[in-house]
Amino acid sequence: MTITELAPTKTIDARGMACPGPLLNLIGAIRQGQVGDIIEVISGDAGSKTDIPAWVAKAKHEMVKIVEEPTFARFIVRKAR
Amino acid sequence: MEDTTLSLILFSGTDDKLGAAAILATGAAAMGRPVNLFLQYWALDAFRRSKIAADHGVAAEAGAYGASLVKQGQAGERHWSELLRQAKDIGDVRIHACALSMELFGIDKGDLDPLVDDVEGVAAFMNDATAGPIAFI
Repeated sequence: MTITELAPTKTIDARGMACPGPLLNLIGAIRQGQVGDIIEVISGDAGSKTDIPAWVAKAKHEMVKIVEEPTFARFIVRKAR
Repeated sequence: MEDTTLSLILFSGTDDKLGAAAILATGAAAMGRPVNLFLQYWALDAFRRSKIAADHGVAAEAGAYGASLVKQGQAGERHWSELLRQAKDIGDVRIHACALSMELFGIDKGDLDPLVDDVEGVAAFMNDATAGPIAFI
């Protein structure tokens, strides 16, 4: 997959937000988006590492990639339906 | 796994316990589980329209150190009432006031924050709670 294909439609910087804030922001963005949109969530919350993949699987979207950075992680999600 | 209903009985009216309950309710709602909340005693008191935004303190077991931690944490967090509003927005979350506790305080539905859907007896709550676990907070 090229960089262009991964370019997010929307980026949510949820750093500093406590659990489950980043997940709630992702849910809101997915709801407002179009099928095929790429949503990037940047979160420093430890709960996001389990919660975002769990929600994405449950809601039947696609967990494209998780990029770990020293103090936060980037969650790249594709709206699949 | 089945999307069973999560039923929480909220009894305590301190901000730490209400905050924990709001997080559990939001997580369940996000994962598509119906949530059924029953407000009794001090939790019901905290849902009064006139009191919901007030400082409700923390549980006795927190002690002074715990109380200061919770206060620090709250500064960066959403209030539990706001979290419950979001939970209702993303999922199926019903908040019922216990009829007996309403009588105890001598209040009616109009005295409660609009987050509360209705006033219900314990049998009706239990009827909604048959499909999953119940926790008392």
